[in-house]
Amino acid sequence: MPTAETNTFAGPNWTRTQDDYHLISGAGERAHAAGLVNASWYKCPVPRPRMKQLMQREDAQAIRDTVLWYALIIAAGAVLVATWGTAWAWLAFFVYATIYTGPADSRWHEAGHGTAFKTRWMNDVLYQMACFQVLRRPSVWKWSHARHHTDTLVTGRDPEVAVTLPTDLLGMFLNLFSIKSGPRELWRVLRNAFGILGEEEKTFVPEMEWPQMVKEARVWVLLYAVLIASAIYFGSWLPLALFGLLPVMGGTWLYTFFGLTQHAGLPENVLDHRKNCRTVYMNPVFRFLYWNMNYHVEHHMFPMVPFHALPQLHETIKADCPPAYDGTLAAYREIIPAVLKQAQDPHYYVVRPVPVTAA
Amino acid sequence: MTNWTEVCALDDIDDEDVMRFDHNNHTYAVYRYNDKVYATDGLCTHEHVHLADGLVMEHVVECPKHNGRFDIRDGRALGAPVCINLKTYPAKVEGGQVLVQLGG
Ligand code: FES
Repeated sequence: MPTAETNTFAGPNWTRTQDDYHLISGAGERAHAAGLVNASWYKCPVPRPRMKQLMQREDAQAIRDTVLWYALIIAAGAVLVATWGTAWAWLAFFVYATIYTGPADSRWHEAGHGTAFKTRWMNDVLYQMACFQVLRRPSVWKWSHARHHTDTLVTGRDPEVAVTLPTDLLGMFLNLFSIKSGPRELWRVLRNAFGILGEEEKTFVPEMEWPQMVKEARVWVLLYAVLIASAIYFGSWLPLALFGLLPVMGGTWLYTFFGLTQHAGLPENVLDHRKNCRTVYMNPVFRFLYWNMNYHVEHHMFPMVPFHALPQLHETIKADCPPAYDGTLAAYREIIPAVLKQAQDPHYYVVRPVPVTAA
Repeated sequence: MTNWTEVCALDDIDDEDVMRFDHNNHTYAVYRYNDKVYATDGLCTHEHVHLADGLVMEHVVECPKHNGRFDIRDGRALGAPVCINLKTYPAKVEGGQVLVQLGG
C-alpha cells in the first residue's frame, strides 16, 4: 500500500521544487552533506561462486536478439517504404518507429554497461547504433548512466530521474512522443558540435572526455545533414521518417511505458535499491523488447550480471527483496495514482515492503 | 631491496579470478590467469570500489559498480567510465605460494 511520508534529507522544512533536480542547484551539495553521495548501498548476500556464475558473459543470446531486432526493423521499414504516399503509411510509420526506437533504449543500456555481448567491440557497435536510434549522445549518456548507478534517485545528483517532482504531468505526456526532450537533445548535439558543453554535463563527464563529446556531436550533425540533404534531393519526407528525430518521436512511448516501471513513485534519497526500484514480471515479448530490464532491483544491485542472467539472479535474491509485481498492469495500478498524487504532494512516495530479515 | 610478500597459496585463487589482499592499510587485487599471477591496486580508479568483487575475463578485470574494465597485465583503463590506469605490482609464484612485490 502506498504511504505518505516526508522525506527530510535536507531538513524538515525542505520544500521540493523541480529546480532541485538540476545538478548545479545546490541540492547535490545537501545530498553530499547528508551522506547520500557515492555512499554504500544495501546488497543482498550472494555467495561469490554463485555471483561468478551469474556474471558470465556470452555472445550468442545478444547476437540472436540483435539480428532479430534489426530484421524486424528492416521488415517494418520495407512496409513503410511500400505504403509511403498512402493512408496506410501512418500506421506503418507508427509500427516502424516503435520497433526502431522502443527497444533501442534497453539495447543502449545493456551495451553501455558492456554486458550484452562477451565480445567488446560488439557492445561498442550496438551502443553507438542504439544511441543514435534513441537520440542519446553516446559519451554524455554513458557518464550520466554511471552517475545514475552511483547516486540512484539522489536529488540533485542523479541526471536520469524520469519523474521529477512535483510531477510535471504535461511534460510527461509530451515526452511520450519526445516533443520536449527530442528537440532539446538535438539542440545540445548542435551546441556540442560547436564545442559548447552544458554546465550540468560538465559535472559528471570528466574533462578528458569532452573532446570525444564534440567529435561525436560532429558525426551526428553530419548524419543529420545527409538525412536532410537526401530528403531535399528526393523531394520526400521518407528519409526523415526512417532515421533521426521523427522515428524517435514515434517510438519513445514504448520505452517510456517500460521505463516508468523502474522507479516512478518510489522514494528518492534512500540507499537501498529494493526501496527505489521495481522488479516486474513481464511476458516473453516484453522481456525481449526490454531485454529483461524489468528485473530492475537486480540490475541496480548487481550491474555486472548480464541481461540474460537476470531471471536467475532474481531467483537467487528474491527472498531478500520485496515481492515482484505480478505484471505490468499491476505496476501501473500503483504508479499512476502515485504519480498523480505526487503532482500535489511532492513528498509522497510508495513504500516497498522490504523483508524484515534483511539488514 | 626487494620486498616480496606472501599473499596466499596459488590454489586459493581460481583461474580467471581475483582476490582481495590488504596490507599496511592498502588494498591490492591479486589475479590468476593462465597459470600466471598479476597484482594491481585493489580499488577501481573511478569510484574506489573493490575490484575483488568484479569479474575476470582472460586478462581483463571488470569493476562491479559501473563495469569499467582494466587490463590486469599493465593496469590499463580500457574505456569509460574508467579513464585512469591502475597501478600494477610484480607478482610471481614460488613453491606454490603467490608473492607480490608491494608498493614501498
Ligand atoms: S567504480 Fe569502477 S567503474 Fe565505476
